[in-house]
Amino acid sequence: MKIEDLFKLLKKYNIEELEGVKIEGDIEIEMEVGSSILPIIQALAQELGMAAYHLARASKILGYPVEQLFTEFVELPKEVKPEKAKPEVEELVRVEFKPYKVNYPGKINEVQLGATPKEGGTRKYSIKVGGERSLPFYLFDAEQKNLPVVTVDVFDRPVPFPKAVREHYEDVMNDPAEWARKVVREFGADMVTIHLISTDPLLDDTPIHEAVKVVEDVLQAVKCPIVVGGSGNKEKDPPLLEKVAEVAEGERVLLASATLDNDWERIANAAKKYNQVVLAWTQLDINAQKTLNRYLLKRVGLPENSLVMDPTTAPLGYGIDYAFSNMERIRIAALKGDADLAFPISSGTTNAWGAREAWMKESPISGDTSWGPRELRGPLWEILTGLTLALAGVDIFMMLHPASVAVLKEVISMLGGKVKESVDKDWLVVT
Amino acid sequence: MKAKSPLEIYRLLPQKNCGECGFDTCMSFAAHLLDRSAKPSQCKPLVEQAKKDEKARKKLQQIEELIAPEIAEVVIGKKEHAVKIGGEDVLHRHELTFYNPTAFFYDIPDTLDDKEIDERCSRVVEYKKFYVGKFLTIEGMAVRCVSGDARRFRDVAKRVAGYCRPMILVSFDANCMRSALEVVGEERPLIYAANERNWREFLRIAKDYGVPVVVRSKDLNTLKSLAVTFRKAGIKDIVLDPVTEPVGEGLRRTFERVIQLRRTAIYEDKDVAYPIMVTPISAWVIEGDDVEKAYWESVIAGIFIVKYADIMIFKSLEPWTIMPLVVLRQNIYTDPRVPVQVEPGLRKIGNPDENSPVMITTNFALTYYTVESDLTSAKIDCWLLVLDTGGICVEAAVAGGQFNASGVKKLMEETKIGEKVRHRYLIIPGLAARLKGAIEDETGWKVLVGPIDSGRIKGWLEQNWPPKNGNEP
Repeated sequence: MKIEDLFKLLKKYNIEELEGVKIEGDIEIEMEVGSSILPIIQALAQELGMAAYHLARASKILGYPVEQLFTEFVELPKEVKPEKAKPEVEELVRVEFKPYKVNYPGKINEVQLGATPKEGGTRKYSIKVGGERSLPFYLFDAEQKNLPVVTVDVFDRPVPFPKAVREHYEDVMNDPAEWARKVVREFGADMVTIHLISTDPLLDDTPIHEAVKVVEDVLQAVKCPIVVGGSGNKEKDPPLLEKVAEVAEGERVLLASATLDNDWERIANAAKKYNQVVLAWTQLDINAQKTLNRYLLKRVGLPENSLVMDPTTAPLGYGIDYAFSNMERIRIAALKGDADLAFPISSGTTNAWGAREAWMKESPISGDTSWGPRELRGPLWEILTGLTLALAGVDIFMMLHPASVAVLKEVISMLGGKVKESVDKDWLVVT
Repeated sequence: MKAKSPLEIYRLLPQKNCGECGFDTCMSFAAHLLDRSAKPSQCKPLVEQAKKDEKARKKLQQIEELIAPEIAEVVIGKKEHAVKIGGEDVLHRHELTFYNPTAFFYDIPDTLDDKEIDERCSRVVEYKKFYVGKFLTIEGMAVRCVSGDARRFRDVAKRVAGYCRPMILVSFDANCMRSALEVVGEERPLIYAANERNWREFLRIAKDYGVPVVVRSKDLNTLKSLAVTFRKAGIKDIVLDPVTEPVGEGLRRTFERVIQLRRTAIYEDKDVAYPIMVTPISAWVIEGDDVEKAYWESVIAGIFIVKYADIMIFKSLEPWTIMPLVVLRQNIYTDPRVPVQVEPGLRKIGNPDENSPVMITTNFALTYYTVESDLTSAKIDCWLLVLDTGGICVEAAVAGGQFNASGVKKLMEETKIGEKVRHRYLIIPGLAARLKGAIEDETGWKVLVGPIDSGRIKGWLEQNWPPKNGNEP
């Protein structure tokens, strides 16, 4: 208790000076016996027990019989340790932490990709995505049966890759089937995406009947579920994907993609007829996603277990904030009960390689600290793009670099509760 | 924050619409207080009144309480390099925005020699990454007592303080901590950390020096108990470290602890409503080479930049690990309510001269940087006009009228582009094709409609530049 505090306290009771008491130092208080300070001290004591206590203690030192004065309203500590001016906290205030519970009414639809012979296809295994009842990896809210999976990109013609990527694919670039085998065998891909980009009228304009042969080759080469992508040409993709659906009948291939400005009806009808899955692609717009989903479900009658969404992946540094919040909003809306959005989410994580920070040799901007070796930063750019969106709710990652695939799969399995081991060493021992 | 409507704040304001706060009306001011774009101290009349009048003082205090963020805000360091952490109000950035970006601190063990210490500190102080119109930087140093020698720890703390950046002092030993605080206590370092064993001494230290303090425990009951005990003893500047376990089930548990702490704090339990610390440096206890460890450190950081860490300690000072993390942090903490814009004006791409093409785009940061990056990547020398569309992309700005002929003319006059080139050709984005006639009429320049995607600009220029039948110099 300092003098200023005492004055503050007194001010509160509109007393300029404590009548009959002269205050000179921290605890040197002179008091005239017989003066009418009782009500004031009483007030002080009620306001703050310690103030009165200090006053009393001070007075006691000076030899005044204050105990009698105080006993009615202040409980004086029995033992006073004069060397400790302030009371110490001796015991931890034991309290319990009660985590806030969240239960969402909604559930994401479960979608099966690939089909085994028993299920009407030729895959060695099928994969289920979706089924979430909570935010991603919130295992304390709800069980997460299906963890996100990674599908690795394969192209039907050589593509100009950044150096860090090229060195891993140079040997298979002219052979999509071999390429597919490599990503499964060596890079741990759960699935393979074959992009039929050569069908683009501005590239090779490969005829549809020829392009789908590559799909058949890949289905032969690997036994995992596959994704088939078009070139993004809005006229050619629908008939192309229709044909793909036909030649891969029953395989539950993910057809990429139906969009609001291509013939989504044709793609979805083919998927329905030949038992495939449709990827519904919109561009960073939750309402557009809702609209497209409704068209596919209500107008075409695509089953709820055959739809996956691609709400667009803007990579780290180039709009990932939009992509992240868009996906997070979609997922939360779905969990809160919006049935139009309750579908697994796919991310074109490979887009990360579009960021110059991922592939450029060095910063073009003077003033930048050196960016460091691109062989190391490129994969990290892809990992962090994927990881960020994993936390927004992505179920399928379309990826490119083997190191990125390996690291992202590892962190997913850990957050998903599949790795029981831990390291118990404290970081304070790091040297 | 407690306030849900500007009305709750408005009723406490003078309601005189004097405008001294910089807003036209008290109601508008209240709305800005609510979205945290204004501070109560901007209301000069109320502040003045509060100096004399108890009632006004109470009102001011009530306003402060109404708009206080859900998570306490803690300041580390002093003056211009002080860093604010915490102060968050929401769990998801789209609900409002995140406010104080995760602060990055870098490990300085006191067992390094002085030269190594200087080298690491310099790296922290000098790090810069240009991004959306400004340089991103990293915040400070975590001086860690590994030597166990109080004097060495003190000397290193003093040396690091010379770099004028916020600091964390790391030691569980009260003597070492006091020794360092004797020389740098004035700098308001964050002290790390009070745990179940040393908390009495650390509570004393935090009070004696008036410094913010980390309380640390894997057990959330204990962590909360520590926070409550410190708070009851009058310490407000508390940071929670629920302990970062780097891999496997430990990492999952860490994730759970961090989420539970923040979610519970936002929704109902103010006893844990403090900033959260995560230590990606924990990755360095795993087996592997330095690259693997640095990768994993970045992964841990990535998870918790997205999910609620307010402050972090790192080991890796490699630019290839720092860069993606400062960019991720920038993206996650960008205010989603504000369109991301760049300065309008004229940009030189490469080394343009009087014969180089002139192009125009919008000041929507994503558009601008995409165009700029495409032009740079294609090694095109040109002049790029950046039109102020209020941060809206080309397509929407053409539709909404922010991209219009008179705006283009004004920009061309302000930037004096006509004096920089001898030709009179302006290349506009393909998505703005319908403005061709209007811009030609307004400016007198010939307008060429470029590709829809700036990624195709190189091929387009090969076909269309220099213009075949124009007024060539």
